[in-house]
Amino acid sequence: MIALAAIALGTLAAAAVALALRDLIHSALLLIASWVGIAAFYLWAGAEFIAFAQVLIYVGAISMVVLFAVLLTRPPTAPATPVRSGRTVPGFLAGGAVLGLLAGAVLSSPLPAGMGAAPAFGVRELGLKLLGPHAGALLATGALLTVALLGAVVLAAGRGKEDAP
Amino acid sequence: MNPPAADPLAAGLLERLPLLARDALTGALPEPWRWVANGLLAILAIIVVFSSLFALLTLAERKVLARVQNRPGPNRAGLPLTRFRLGGLGQPLADGIKMLTKEDIVPRGADPVLHFLAPVVLLALSLLTFAVLPYGRLLVPVELEAGVLYFFAAGAATELALFMAGWASRNKYSLLAAMRALAQLISYELPLLLAVVPVVLLAGSLSTSGIVAAQAGWDLGFLPRWFVLTPWGFASFLIFLTAALAESNRSPFDLPEAESELIAGHLTEYSGFKYALFFMAEYLGMTALAGLGVTLFLGGWRAPLPFLEFVPSYAWFGLKLLALLFVFIWIRATFPRLRIDQLTRLAWKFLVPLALLNLGTAALWALTAGWGPALQPLRWLGAVALVAGPFVLLGRGLTAGLRPRTYRFA
Repeated sequence: MIALAAIALGTLAAAAVALALRDLIHSALLLIASWVGIAAFYLWAGAEFIAFAQVLIYVGAISMVVLFAVLLTRPPTAPATPVRSGRTVPGFLAGGAVLGLLAGAVLSSPLPAGMGAAPAFGVRELGLKLLGPHAGALLATGALLTVALLGAVVLAAGRGKEDAP
Repeated sequence: MNPPAADPLAAGLLERLPLLARDALTGALPEPWRWVANGLLAILAIIVVFSSLFALLTLAERKVLARVQNRPGPNRAGLPLTRFRLGGLGQPLADGIKMLTKEDIVPRGADPVLHFLAPVVLLALSLLTFAVLPYGRLLVPVELEAGVLYFFAAGAATELALFMAGWASRNKYSLLAAMRALAQLISYELPLLLAVVPVVLLAGSLSTSGIVAAQAGWDLGFLPRWFVLTPWGFASFLIFLTAALAESNRSPFDLPEAESELIAGHLTEYSGFKYALFFMAEYLGMTALAGLGVTLFLGGWRAPLPFLEFVPSYAWFGLKLLALLFVFIWIRATFPRLRIDQLTRLAWKFLVPLALLNLGTAALWALTAGWGPALQPLRWLGAVALVAGPFVLLGRGLTAGLRPRTYRFA
């Protein structure tokens, strides 16, 4: 329990400081630290496959995308972004909506009453489940991510014209 | 197909020697402490063995490069305080003392915390990858069900450390090198993983010892059933080797620290022991990737011929590892460096499609595993055609419209 508290505290502290900092690169690195914290939580819960996948995808790949985006969209010598209050309210609204959605899903999903020992799940069973009964969800997630990626490309392409010298 | 788990008592005395030595040291401790002591001992062994391998590797690399270029290489430093030169064997020691005594410079504009953290993180992550490699029949430091995934998870984060080094130095050369490193590592992470997937598919296991176990047995009584000796395995091995060279920033993919273009890349603002730590992490990363290549494709700790099985398994692992490292050095000595556009084109237009097609070949190989001896030639021919055909066609596409450049002196 102490380990869980330490992991949760570290993760939340890293995320909170990442939000508060004005230096984008520092924020991004702290965000990555909080992702490592989430992976540590998975390890604590005994889900090693998910933990390694979290590190591989978030710390290895998504962090690169974030850092690339930061470096490509602003010169490294640019002054720190000033606080823009105009986006605070929509930001909180969007964040709150996501939080509400997730909280609603978690609270409304039924948990089996007698939660005894954690089920012993091998990597093989996990793979069979993911590609068997849950293949639809996996495909939907993949399609969603592809659409998000395409959207990002469209946004970046639109910006590139204004910035061109 | 898979043999039962190795029985420690059935193995020979030489095979059990490391375990016996460990038990002699920690056997007297009570149970929970013994477990901790065994773990610490394994960590200590990995650090000592691979750090000394790193020291020798720096010398070996300079010696081999020198021999390829027809010069003697370092041959002055020998045993300290004596006249014995031993062909320059004391060079790593001299280098180490030099690195330790040099001034540690941090640029005024640098981000001091990240500048300090980058080499530490890089070295720590490189050492983490060694935990899951099976060094011998009985020598697996950590037995994980998702061992291969662990290896790549620990290795993937090294890119972050490289970026931190480049960005925290506040130097345009460092930053440019960091950007290049990101582009290169993202590009080559994909073929590296795609080259490993067929092995996982055919072995039916993500654990490194499970993959070694799947390569047990002999064909025709003497041919080892290593994955590299199958058509898809051979193609995978070559893709893996290329991507591993790129992932460890080795020549011909050493763009992030191309000394003729970017000073020393992300190392420009580092000096003294931090600089040495970067080199150590780079060599350790290369060694770990070579170790994974040995485990996945070259049968791990298995002997190459049946009558050689009396040699302890860890010796075979070491020999194969050294051979692969020699190939890495050899490649560095003989290949020119790629340009950044050639580098990314090679990854996305050649290695990734080839690896994807190879995945299909491996799936076909797995589906036809039940074919009888009469159909075996057909199976081999089909697989070889599926590997060689795309290789030739994609290779032509890669070099289409490019002729050997003619240089004219104006």
